[in-house]
Amino acid sequence: MELLQLMIGGLANGCIYGLVALGFVLIYKASEGVNFAQGDMMMLGAFVALGLGNSAQMGLSFWLAVPIAIVIMFGVGWGVERVVVRRIFGQPQFALVILTIAMGFVFRFVAGSIWGYTPLVLETPFAGQNLRGGGIVISVSDLITIGVTIALTLGLWAFFAFTRIGLAAQAASQNQMAAYIVGVPVMRINSIIWGLSGAVATVAGVLYATRGAIDPNIGLLGIKAFAAAVIGGLGSLPGALLGGIIIGVVEPIAGRYAPGELAIMSPYIIMLIVLVTRPGGLFAQMHAKKV
Amino acid sequence: MRIVFKTSYDRDIDLHEHGWSRAKIAVLLGIMILLPFLVGEYYLAEATNTLIWALAGMGLMIAVGHTGQVSLGHAAFLSIGAYTDAALMNAGLPFLVAFPAAGLVAGLFGAVIAIPAVRMSGIYLAIATLAVFVIVEELVILLEPITGGVGGTMAPSITFFGISFDRYGALQNFYWLILGVVALVTWGYANLMRSPTGRSFLAVRDSEVSARALGINVTRTKALAFGLSSGVTGLAGALMGHYIGFFNYELFSIFISINLLLVVTIGGLGFIQGAFLGAILITGMPQLIAIMRDGLNASTGIDLGSIPGLDTMMFSVILILFIIFEPTGLYGRWLKIRTYFEIFPLARRDMFRRQKSYLKTERMK
Repeated sequence: MELLQLMIGGLANGCIYGLVALGFVLIYKASEGVNFAQGDMMMLGAFVALGLGNSAQMGLSFWLAVPIAIVIMFGVGWGVERVVVRRIFGQPQFALVILTIAMGFVFRFVAGSIWGYTPLVLETPFAGQNLRGGGIVISVSDLITIGVTIALTLGLWAFFAFTRIGLAAQAASQNQMAAYIVGVPVMRINSIIWGLSGAVATVAGVLYATRGAIDPNIGLLGIKAFAAAVIGGLGSLPGALLGGIIIGVVEPIAGRYAPGELAIMSPYIIMLIVLVTRPGGLFAQMHAKKV
Repeated sequence: MRIVFKTSYDRDIDLHEHGWSRAKIAVLLGIMILLPFLVGEYYLAEATNTLIWALAGMGLMIAVGHTGQVSLGHAAFLSIGAYTDAALMNAGLPFLVAFPAAGLVAGLFGAVIAIPAVRMSGIYLAIATLAVFVIVEELVILLEPITGGVGGTMAPSITFFGISFDRYGALQNFYWLILGVVALVTWGYANLMRSPTGRSFLAVRDSEVSARALGINVTRTKALAFGLSSGVTGLAGALMGHYIGFFNYELFSIFISINLLLVVTIGGLGFIQGAFLGAILITGMPQLIAIMRDGLNASTGIDLGSIPGLDTMMFSVILILFIIFEPTGLYGRWLKIRTYFEIFPLARRDMFRRQKSYLKTERMK
């Protein structure tokens, strides 16, 4: 029973890691860059929703505040690509890594200056509601987290498989030059993908905020989510989700049955094992490197 | 404009292109040796800190700037160096044994993790080093008998040949000790880069496939470079431990890794000089910000000290601006300015256009 209880909590946690990891994967798929500020975008998204929705702040209804926050963060992601990332197009990947780490600090500072560094709680219609059955307690927010994650993953999959923009993004990710030649507006696709990953980060942030208090430093969760993305293989959407769930489930179980330090290490140990045994991740999309 | 006539191969591979540059380095070293007589205690301590950062920056530069291996976890090697040195000295070994041992342990650890890591490139290596960093950080807490766990440990004061090199009691001696170490490492590093080993680092950085075709053992070269890099960083860590005196795992946070990356990127990737310029910037900036903040507070009454995290924010903005507008860093900018004046009026904008990027796609392009 205890194990099952831990696993359900872990599953919900893992879904959040998975959602942040989806943001990594989206950007990696489109431009082969890694956005290390993804965790901080999640944090910013959660705070924007909180700023719009909490009664002490703007006081909009929860169902209105979250979509507005998603739109705003789509704009932030889009803007970051247009203003900053596009300028370093063609520079080594390393430049983007450092750039986004630095951007993460800026986001954290912005959130800290507006909302302060004390933890805040997002007001939700389903706060504190639990379902009981057979000795297990499941909170409604856990269920919603799992449900939204499944829906969002399916939606993203459909977006990439069926829509024109999604197909264009796939083309751009496989070969930018060729995509450009056949008329895919690669730059514009990149902007849209960055916006999309900002929107996904917001959903992850809001879901995270339904499960506890948030402060500007929750963005550090992004590192764990990155481990999830790597475990799944950096180019695969289902892989990212699976990686997130693996980490989310292993962590509380390791924390229950092993010393606490080991629980903190566990995501990274799993990631190192995966990297050493299958360098491309569980769902490898990489091919042998050519000249 | 100076024209150098090279009449022998030795002349061609000489560290200094002409006698003038040799003299400049000698003058710089002379000023650095005389520094304790020129500045006060406070600035001498700051100079010591800068030198330690430069040493750590050189360590990272071997990996990032010269071999193209990005590491987000070099703070782990700093901490391994610091803890090895402190633990050995607390066990009664002299500094002259503990200090090289610290570099050796960090270097071996780096080489061991590099062997699986060299199969990865670019982003995967970066993230693997980040994972290693988190694991080392937690191990430091777990290995309480050696490291003092969360409570921390103390780096004893250094004494050898009956002379004290205590950080507080004999700051001048401590400064000269560090200056000596930094000068030796710099000299060794500069010489390494003109040896076949150093050249093979550059070859691996610019193209692994071509390097392999030229008969370079890429795996061995990468592991060696990473081991050397972590070894030098370990030495810097040991000195940092002595500089701080009493430290725990929090000294070597992820922010230190990122600051180290800042040192090499802002300084100038691929230049030894870059590590020094970056170190000067990163240790000088907080002082400058503090002075400016006090000035602003006194003149206009705006208290910037009340805004938390402003320093980090300013660092980040500077870093973003450098990456966008001057990816070659401070040293690259200096080279451009110098060349402009040396060959005036023949300088062209495209003279410094990058031919190669340091990291390439993992997928086919």
